[in-house]
Amino acid sequence: MNVIVCVKQIPDPANPGALDASSNTLERKGKLILDESDSYGVEMALQLVDAAGGGEVSLVSMAPNSETAGLRTALAMGAAKAVLVSDPALQGSDALTTAKILAAAIQRLGGADLIIAATESSDGYTGTVPEQLAEVLGLPSVTFSKKVAIEGGVLKADRQTEDGYDEVTCPLPALISVTAGVVEPRYPSFKGIMAAKSKPVDEVTAADLGVTPVGWAGAGQQISNVAQAEARAAGEVIEDDGETFGKIVTFLEGLKVI
Amino acid sequence: MGISNIWVFAQVANGAPTSGSLELVTKARTLGGSVSVWVAGDGASVAGALGEYGASKVFAVDYGQNLAGVAVASAMKATIDGGESPDLIMFPQSYEGRDVMARLSVKLGRTVLTNSVDIEVDGDSVSATTPIFGGNTLVTTTFTGGAPYLAAFRPKSFNPETSGGAAAAVQAVNVPDLGATGTAKITAVHVEETTGPKLDEANVVVSGGRGLGESANYAMIETLAKLLKGAPGASRAIVDAGWVPYSYQVGQTGKVVKPSVYIAAGISGATQHMVGMKGSKNIIAINKDKEAPIFGIADLGIVGDVHKVLPKLIEALQGR
Repeated sequence: MNVIVCVKQIPDPANPGALDASSNTLERKGKLILDESDSYGVEMALQLVDAAGGGEVSLVSMAPNSETAGLRTALAMGAAKAVLVSDPALQGSDALTTAKILAAAIQRLGGADLIIAATESSDGYTGTVPEQLAEVLGLPSVTFSKKVAIEGGVLKADRQTEDGYDEVTCPLPALISVTAGVVEPRYPSFKGIMAAKSKPVDEVTAADLGVTPVGWAGAGQQISNVAQAEARAAGEVIEDDGETFGKIVTFLEGLKVI
Repeated sequence: MGISNIWVFAQVANGAPTSGSLELVTKARTLGGSVSVWVAGDGASVAGALGEYGASKVFAVDYGQNLAGVAVASAMKATIDGGESPDLIMFPQSYEGRDVMARLSVKLGRTVLTNSVDIEVDGDSVSATTPIFGGNTLVTTTFTGGAPYLAAFRPKSFNPETSGGAAAAVQAVNVPDLGATGTAKITAVHVEETTGPKLDEANVVVSGGRGLGESANYAMIETLAKLLKGAPGASRAIVDAGWVPYSYQVGQTGKVVKPSVYIAAGISGATQHMVGMKGSKNIIAINKDKEAPIFGIADLGIVGDVHKVLPKLIEALQGR
């Protein structure tokens, strides 16, 4: 079974991000890392391919500046190869364009039995790309999956809902988005890290994929204003001396909660 | 010109429109024109409530075993092809809301703006505002393509207010042939038992994080929430660790809550989490680390051990 995982390389969330002042897009300068939410999809893909007894895991990603650091992490975990769409023209692309680009990259790999994505990225978090991608590819999808198995060539997933979860079955090929915590991502081994350095990363442009227009030109949206939100001021901070629970009680009483 | 025909996709949970959906209907009626609401499932049972908030019509899609997202999006597309012309379609930032919106976006070739907290209509120009960087920066984005504009909103962006309208007229809409995209089927539905108020609607929310030390200590959070007639919540860290279900998660990738009182116990305050709770009216934080970012937004911060403070607080409340 072949699985393709959509992964995003993002600025390290430990460093506060910034908006590029000239373009009002998220700055994606410097070293990018594998979005942690994608590590679950990579792990899920590796486990499903293992369970199927054959096949491979490939990656598709879109990033500026030929960045591959995050991709190498996923390759070190065990993915076999990657298609990286890297093109300055992609700056400002909206979620719909992103879905079209990823769809074309997936087709360049010849498609797969299963496409996996995270529910949303940890930097832009639009949260619609996986389902848009499924629609572009004409595939059925099970979004927000929190448990996934393949039995007899059929996908079985538990899908998160507002008031619980649904059991869903779906024939392959299909697309799923997986929630964080669906599996425990492995740490890349030293051997894996070494092997990842020589794994193929096919770098292409939007034009190579035949997707136009992209970037700001293709986006049906334009940033019209950026403002600072009203900051929330800190209140009273006190060290616990064993009696501070009383302060909480008084505070709650003052609010008439109790 | 301007906006004359607005559609709202309403999320229905436990047989009633969610408050997040009623907010959108309320907001829609202030933008001008008629408001029609789409629901996945039975329309008759929610037509009264939706009418009361200002909807004149309910499009009900009997999606059978299909996933609601693809079924409703296809029904919307067929309805637009049939001559309806919505200017704006509003979605709650819910599971189904996002799926319907995403599928429809591709079918119509329209962009989506998500995680919005406000919308503004100025003549033909429609803009939505989204907080980024943990809510420190507000970005306003204007749609530049043609209508219909697709926008999804975080819960608690607007106040739901009734208009005293009559029950909305219900129109059943069939699901068109979905082809391959309709081959995913729901085989069983599980409703998780919840006692007490819903997390995103509760007046008081008590959340626990990694500082609780171990999963068994989450019981203190539940006890405290119950004593305050509130809902228990959680940081992403302990959801990922499997202590509590995903539905408990407060934060960017979980629920956005705006209760009167939010109590964060053993939560340091990662941006991820703060996005989901900084709109709370009052915040109480208990954390060992006095440098924890959560103290930067807390109205009352206790630098202390949750294992010592919580039992005493629970005891004091139980004694009342």
